Amino acid sequence: MIEFAPRPEPSAADRALVTLGALCSGLALAALAFLLMGAHPGRAMAAVFSGSFMSAYGLGETATKAIPLILSGIGLSLAFRGRLWNIGAEGQLLAGATAATGLALALQDSLPAPLAVPLLFAAGAAGGAALAALAGWLKTRFRVNEVVSTLMLNYICAELVQHLVYGPWKGPSQSGFPYTDNFAAPLVLPVLGATRIHWPTLVLALASAAAAWVLVHRTRFGFELRAMGGNPDAAACAGMNASRTTLLVMAASGGLAGLAGVGEVAGIHRHLTYPWAVSSGYGYAAIIVAWVAGLDPLLAVPAGLFLGGIMVGGDAIQISMGLPAAAISLFNGLLLLCLMAGEFFLRYRPRRRARTSDLSPVPGGAGKPEGKTA
Amino acid sequence: MISGLITDTLSRTLGAATPLLLGTLGEIYAERSGVLNLGVEGMMAAGAVAGFGTAMSTGSPWAGLAAAAAAGAALALIHAFLSVTLKANQIVSGIALTMLGLGLSGVWGKPFVGAPLSARFSPVAVPLLSDLPVLGEALFRRDPVFYLALALAGGLAFVLHRTRWGMVLRTVGENPQAADSAGISVSGTRYACVTLGGALAGLAGGYLSLVYVPSWIEGMTAGRGWIIIGLTIFAGWEPWKAVLGALLFGGIDVTQYLFQDAVSPNFLKALPYAATLLVLMASARRSAGSAAAPAALAAPYRPGER
Repeated sequence: MIEFAPRPEPSAADRALVTLGALCSGLALAALAFLLMGAHPGRAMAAVFSGSFMSAYGLGETATKAIPLILSGIGLSLAFRGRLWNIGAEGQLLAGATAATGLALALQDSLPAPLAVPLLFAAGAAGGAALAALAGWLKTRFRVNEVVSTLMLNYICAELVQHLVYGPWKGPSQSGFPYTDNFAAPLVLPVLGATRIHWPTLVLALASAAAAWVLVHRTRFGFELRAMGGNPDAAACAGMNASRTTLLVMAASGGLAGLAGVGEVAGIHRHLTYPWAVSSGYGYAAIIVAWVAGLDPLLAVPAGLFLGGIMVGGDAIQISMGLPAAAISLFNGLLLLCLMAGEFFLRYRPRRRARTSDLSPVPGGAGKPEGKTA
Repeated sequence: MISGLITDTLSRTLGAATPLLLGTLGEIYAERSGVLNLGVEGMMAAGAVAGFGTAMSTGSPWAGLAAAAAAGAALALIHAFLSVTLKANQIVSGIALTMLGLGLSGVWGKPFVGAPLSARFSPVAVPLLSDLPVLGEALFRRDPVFYLALALAGGLAFVLHRTRWGMVLRTVGENPQAADSAGISVSGTRYACVTLGGALAGLAGGYLSLVYVPSWIEGMTAGRGWIIIGLTIFAGWEPWKAVLGALLFGGIDVTQYLFQDAVSPNFLKALPYAATLLVLMASARRSAGSAAAPAALAAPYRPGER
């Protein structure tokens, strides 16, 4: 008979093994789902991964979609480490895109690119940070659960963007489409070669990953964040200001998603448009990025590339195999479920049942924050 | 003219309130037992499509409603397995289930998009009362699911506060250690409550596709599952207050029809979400008192730990 015993902090190798196992189980379940949808599972899987990783074009698209996923995923890793369940990267990305668009429409081509582009990114970061900090303030001031508030703000932002592109910001030059006018040339982000990889945002994403790693592991603020996630009562006893940390982490988290929004409007679309076109679910997929990365900002980079590949592959199978767009949400849900189930094997290891079953707690406990939200 | 408007507004309010009430009752039970279920949105979507598909193929809206509840309960079982047996993070597990439910509903529902529902509930008229002027038509000549939801609200309030099982599940949510040492199965109780909650979320989705709309459109749950999470807090985890919350939000939903010529449609669509935030801010002021969250909410039970 097998039983499960708690184990101390798992090693990096255990972590990698369990994550890999979870991803493989998720893919296996997705293959089963394809079978039930009437598609050949092998061919569908091959289409997903050949579409995203096996050609130069596919790789370029994967990297393009990875940019917002990495940025938002880093932000969520920070928030989740402090047990702040920010589910609002989608809305924060839109808030960043909206703020940048507002600035772009005001600036037109009055500034040269080296001045204008940093301003756009600053505006986007401010927009995303403000929205997330609003949820943080609602939590610290009114004890409003941040899962609900960030989600509500996602819906509100999507309606706001629609209002703007159908109403006051609708571009006279767009022949009736719900788009703002296109960004002026100096405000459009340069891309790498023939790809759509807007490299300034990619550079920002990589730099953010490094900066966030340093923040978490090498600064006092990161220590407070980890303390708040590990044991909030002890952190409070040690005189840490949880309200301040909450607001700052939420702002950082939202600011990173806001940067992602700037990349989408200034690098891909060149105007603001339907919210589902600007984001296509990056904010929700970023939750999986953060979890695949084990809430490590540096690992958010490969995790973002992986999820980016799945999103590109999802588009590919929609076209080639006629599967509905929702198939990718199903795929994502299965992956995340398997990752959550995998956590169990990080905290408990199987062993032959001893004569007395004793599930005593282990000092140090779980590796990742969990539990109470309110 | 005016009485027609009142009847119509009241009728729409009750229609919009019914799925919110069903879902909130379910979430109250799950959370009272100590499990946070953030998968409501996905369970509603799965319920909506399962209900619609079954009603179309069997010709019976009741069979559709049963399938909706079963679909919600099936997804909830996954959540129970992850959060109770595997002691996973309930927040992320719930979000994964929402993704899964929305994905499943989109995939299954593809053939039904835009199809008109052939098998509908016929309205049930309460004798005598349905002949009342103005109110009779709106309150007492409705689909049977509305009455079912009201009966469930009463029944679940009674079970929660006046029966032994209600006391057991409240104890499991407040103090699982005490429940465990009294010989109560914490896991069994939580499984039961989460599954019941999922079935009610499924019913809520089924109501949308079988009665309220009635047809299947992808994304038709439109965040109602998340509003239900907010309503659960607003109701202070009390079934009877869930009725008030659902009516309030049903009314807010209907303002979209009343003011559609005066205000930007997007602001009206954003109204229920903004109202959820406002209501939660207001709830915080009083929740210091009696209406606090169950003490063990979202905390996995590990025997032997404090």
